[in-house]
Amino acid sequence: MTLHMTKTQKLLRIMGNNMVPILFLVICAFGIPLSGYSANFLASEIVIRISRNSFLIVSLLIPILAGMGLNFGMTLGAMAGQIGLILISDWGIVGIPGIILAMIISTPISVLLGWWCGKILNMARGREMVTSYIIGFFMNGIYQLVVLYGMGAVIPVRSNALLLPRGYGIRNTVNLIGIRRALDDLLLIRLFGIPIPLATLLVITVLCLFILWFKKTKLGQDMRAVGQDMEVARAAGIKVEHTRIISIVISTVFAGYGMILYLQNIGTLNTYNSHMQIGMFSVAALLVGGASVSKANIRNVFLGVILFHLMFIISPMAGKNLIGQAQLGEYFRVFVSYGVITISLVLYEVRKKRDQHYVGLQLAADQEALQ
Amino acid sequence: MNLQQLTSSAKGLVKSFGLPRIIIGLFLLSLFITAPFVGVNIGTSLSDTFNRFGMNAVMVLAMVPMIHSGCGLNFGLPLGIIAGLLGATISLQVNIPGPTSFLLAILFATPFAVILGWGYGQLLNRVKGGEMMIATYVGFSSVAFMCIMWLLLPFSNPTMVWGYSGTGLRTTISTEGYYRHVLNDFLSIQLTDHLTIPTGMLLFFALLACIIWAFLHTKTGTAMTAVGSNSVFARASGINVDKIRTLSVIMSTWLGAIGILVYQQSFGFIQLYMGPFYMALPAVSAILIGGASVNKASILNVVIGTFLFQGIVTMTPSVMNSMIHTDMSEVIRIVVSNGMILYALTRKAEVTR
Repeated sequence: MTLHMTKTQKLLRIMGNNMVPILFLVICAFGIPLSGYSANFLASEIVIRISRNSFLIVSLLIPILAGMGLNFGMTLGAMAGQIGLILISDWGIVGIPGIILAMIISTPISVLLGWWCGKILNMARGREMVTSYIIGFFMNGIYQLVVLYGMGAVIPVRSNALLLPRGYGIRNTVNLIGIRRALDDLLLIRLFGIPIPLATLLVITVLCLFILWFKKTKLGQDMRAVGQDMEVARAAGIKVEHTRIISIVISTVFAGYGMILYLQNIGTLNTYNSHMQIGMFSVAALLVGGASVSKANIRNVFLGVILFHLMFIISPMAGKNLIGQAQLGEYFRVFVSYGVITISLVLYEVRKKRDQHYVGLQLAADQEALQ
Repeated sequence: MNLQQLTSSAKGLVKSFGLPRIIIGLFLLSLFITAPFVGVNIGTSLSDTFNRFGMNAVMVLAMVPMIHSGCGLNFGLPLGIIAGLLGATISLQVNIPGPTSFLLAILFATPFAVILGWGYGQLLNRVKGGEMMIATYVGFSSVAFMCIMWLLLPFSNPTMVWGYSGTGLRTTISTEGYYRHVLNDFLSIQLTDHLTIPTGMLLFFALLACIIWAFLHTKTGTAMTAVGSNSVFARASGINVDKIRTLSVIMSTWLGAIGILVYQQSFGFIQLYMGPFYMALPAVSAILIGGASVNKASILNVVIGTFLFQGIVTMTPSVMNSMIHTDMSEVIRIVVSNGMILYALTRKAEVTR
């Protein structure tokens, strides 16, 4: 016997489960006319944002599959990617070969960092998210040590355009002129006047297909099992710790590649800031797409990129037109990014409890049916 | 010298303290020992350390009630800071110069702290087990929300608002003429040219610490500890768990508000907008360095932790700069403080979920 819900209960449940995307649709519906941007402008901006950010966001999917929540430790991968980019800029390797080489350099660093991060998260079971968040901060210190003090002193970097005047340490901003839009411009077509970087979108599609394929492999199934219930998975003979570490390693490596794609689109690297914001923005975008801490898929990624960045593009102008201060819109979008993460985290915890409650009711109903 | 004595006493502390704290303690000690040899004045360093200790200790104290009731580390400290900032700005708006403004600031901050803390407590009661991550983001989003409010709230005191537009608060507001150094200068002792002890500020902290200590030994305080160590058992013995947890969150938030006011009166400036954003992390790591864990903390942990943490923050820039002519203090601070939080989060025995 199952516990039946009334139609209104069902509707409320669906609404509750999709509250964040609905909220964003409302914000965007109000904001677009206020901002006064043309549809063409918005469409081309959105295409840019999709090609720029979706790879990074997809990298969050696998740890969620493995039940480790939102991997705020993706900043580790971003750091690895940035180190790769700094090195290829120093060696003067440009274009697609430069991007590929940067990816190759970032891979071992990402694997090492991801493995270490996974190890630590295994020690902090039950609070992976806050731990991965602090790991990001901790590694930022090490990253600064390497880039600000090590490069040029211990790690050979010669280019004067990269080094600080004192002879070691990388400048605050690095101009990635050599690889700027290298991948985006490889296959650029115009559709109704909207430039579409086909090559980048192709790479993202391949990654999405990989994720879909990966979920069906033995390892992917193992991860799902670990994510559902660690103890059951262990009893079934899955190496739980190992599987969890692998999921973080994969996520970190992809985050590194994603960061390289992101920066080739932007064209300049904020050596000490770029990686810190990227984790927050990616997580927020994924959550806006309707993902939760325990469940996310590729649809969430793209819906999230579109809605979140639409809000990002329109809010300064909307703020200016509404109250006369662009600054207000800036603060508004920061508030919304953090607010969305907060709401999603709260909803996740509340829902977890509510589901436990339903399971309890179900159990009680079953008991009664037996008697 | 008494170096041997100090190291032997440090060795004695290993058992009760744990390795990371010892390493940090020894590091600080070595900084103090090397300081005179590289031309750093010990008096100035000590004076700075005391000063920073007083500035930050109350905010570290704000961790204690929430840790006691099992709500984990208060990463949501910025919420308390916001209550303090509201108190400070309203006090300046009322525009009564001198020490009275400090009392007014405390007075105005209190209702905000209670209301915000109550709401925050209600929220945390609904997300038991996931408090820390949510607390972090509650802190962040409230700071971002207040960024909007600082622009819009109808403040008009010319020392606070932007000069040219006449609206919107400045990013930093001087407390000069209001409560700058009211606690610092109260009964302050000038030992040498360089060494001043901010007695008033230390006394103020001691007063609050005593109140919290005494509170934790009352009936409600004991109930709070019981909720923190085993909430099921506490419920069984008739304690209203949610109510006690909310009370602890309100206390933490209020202490955070007072903490930022103490900080401002010594620093001389009110920092608005993104100012409070990362203020939780130093406070969290300070109490952990002092020997607290995710679910256990005492006043002694606060005192030791704040002293060690602020000592390192004060000493590394000056000593490092004179030694190797590079300022690596920022990196050391980041690695030490976050490393300490990581260490605490990964202790297996303390995972209660």
